[in-house]
Amino acid sequence: MMDKLIIGGIELKSRLFIGTGKFPSKKVIPDVIKSSKTQVITMALRRVDLSSKEENILEYIPKDCILLPNTSGARNAEEAVRIARLAKALGCGNWIKIEVISDNKYLLPDNYETIKATEILAKEGFIVLPYMSPDLIAAKRLVEAGAAAVMPLGAPIGTNRGLKTKELIQIMIDEIDLPIIVDAGIGKPSDAAEAMEMGAAAVLVNTAIATAGDPVKMAEAFGLAVEAGRLAYISKLGPEKKFAEASSPLTGFLNEGEK
Amino acid sequence: MSFYSEYLKYKNFQFNKFLENITSSDIFRIINKDKIDEYDFLTLLSNEAEKYLEEMAQKAHQLTVQNFGKTILLYTPLYLSNFCVNRCSYCGFNIENKIKRKKLTFEEIEEEAKAISSTGLRHVLILTGESRKETPVSYIVDAVKILKKYFDSISIEIYPLKEDEYREVIKAGVDGLTIYQEVYDEDIYDKVHIAGPKKNYRFRLNAPERACKARMRNISIGALLGLNDWRKEAFLTGLHAKYLQDKYSDVEISVSLPRIRPHIGVYEDIYPVSDKNLVQIMLALRLFLPRIGITISTRENQKLRDNLIPLGVTKTSAGVSTEVGGHSSKTKSDSQFEISDKRSVIEMKKAILSRGYQPVFKDWMQIDY
Repeated sequence: MMDKLIIGGIELKSRLFIGTGKFPSKKVIPDVIKSSKTQVITMALRRVDLSSKEENILEYIPKDCILLPNTSGARNAEEAVRIARLAKALGCGNWIKIEVISDNKYLLPDNYETIKATEILAKEGFIVLPYMSPDLIAAKRLVEAGAAAVMPLGAPIGTNRGLKTKELIQIMIDEIDLPIIVDAGIGKPSDAAEAMEMGAAAVLVNTAIATAGDPVKMAEAFGLAVEAGRLAYISKLGPEKKFAEASSPLTGFLNEGEK
Repeated sequence: MSFYSEYLKYKNFQFNKFLENITSSDIFRIINKDKIDEYDFLTLLSNEAEKYLEEMAQKAHQLTVQNFGKTILLYTPLYLSNFCVNRCSYCGFNIENKIKRKKLTFEEIEEEAKAISSTGLRHVLILTGESRKETPVSYIVDAVKILKKYFDSISIEIYPLKEDEYREVIKAGVDGLTIYQEVYDEDIYDKVHIAGPKKNYRFRLNAPERACKARMRNISIGALLGLNDWRKEAFLTGLHAKYLQDKYSDVEISVSLPRIRPHIGVYEDIYPVSDKNLVQIMLALRLFLPRIGITISTRENQKLRDNLIPLGVTKTSAGVSTEVGGHSSKTKSDSQFEISDKRSVIEMKKAILSRGYQPVFKDWMQIDY
């Protein structure tokens, strides 16, 4: 069985996307990318400093990776659109992760402004991956607006709390005809595997890897977990049962007379 | 409704009575809570809580890494002018102090900008004394237009402005405001601000909120520790930060913890704030407001600053001069106060990296409209 993830016309071999914020040093990023086998790297454009080789995060990302600049810092659609255009002008390609956040306490995304920004940027030819609070109707609007994938949060950014929004994400996986990439909240490789077992197309992980004791090994663990979870999904998990299937049935005697 | 109404709720609060009745089980209960309220915050500022600084530090560290990663943003102040019309008993810029006064010309501002940006810094904080005559808003706006060529983020630490003036400087390219209330206690405020426009307590207290209304991106507030009992001042600073964060959720709120430093002129009525006290304030703030930025300046010494890195700090200054023209000019003014940590940007960067943290030089960019 062919199991392909195609976004923006590009086939991705790895279903693990990695974020570059929060690392103790940019120097660890190449090893994280290598050990995780990821192909898609997201970074906040606000931190990209093209004027300094040492401080420019792009210097630490292999050229064969797909850059997914994000619009971190945008408080509304207009700012997100401007940041996206700036990213493109700076040579970061045409993939963009829309982040519109006007809540600095919980960093929850504004779905309404995200939809507006998605519509404008998709029309301009961007491959738009919007980060959102999981909501089926908003996700449908994002599909109509031209999103290339939809990125619902599992739990608020940085919390490592896992798939707190599991039921809502499952509905989106079942109902939306676009890749669903679980972004934010994934704290452990087992959370990533769980999302993949549910049928998520990919996961994006940052805090759990960046703040681990050994980010390189943790990246490898996430890479393996994502592969395992996907393999489990395409192998079709056996059904869950509420009661045990007894090896000595309690009602077997009812059939004894028929023998 | 403004923060002043919140302040009034606590103006006559019996702080000492509250703080005396705290037990160790109160501290444990609070450290283990996911979300703490303002009384919990005050409890963590108590004498009893001082015994549990390590437990608080472990949690503060965890919350900071979770929310900000192992990163520290670097910036430096750029003093534009030390002309000041105020008589503040604790400040070297006091109009009565016989100091060398200086205001940078636009050419000198450009020289300073070049010197600072050559160190790699992309965030700058511009400062002036309070003199609308020498440094009117139009001067600030023109300075910002020059600095925009060299920096991605420009913050101001100047006299409090009106809301439309904040809009004007934001339009010019300012994205951050630092403004210290100095002392939240209204009576002490009146006493230490002997004369000048700074005597207007409420105009200063409401300045951060006016900037929020004007859509400023980052706002940093604080009290000058040493002018009053630190527990009360730290408590009111935290409440002020929470008030702004709750009401203006799209603004990034930070708190600075400056302790009073030696300066030209003498102010003797100082309430002592030990290193231990400073740490306790930082930890309690982090547990109370996990998402706020915390700044530690070069007022503190090298050793202390390095040790504070894992405890909750998110921003720090480096390569600092508190003199006007201090970064490039041969003819400098006298300084506002003596700095303690005199390390260069490169030295500071190395120190942060050696602690296992990433120094961040750029964390914002100008979006022109």
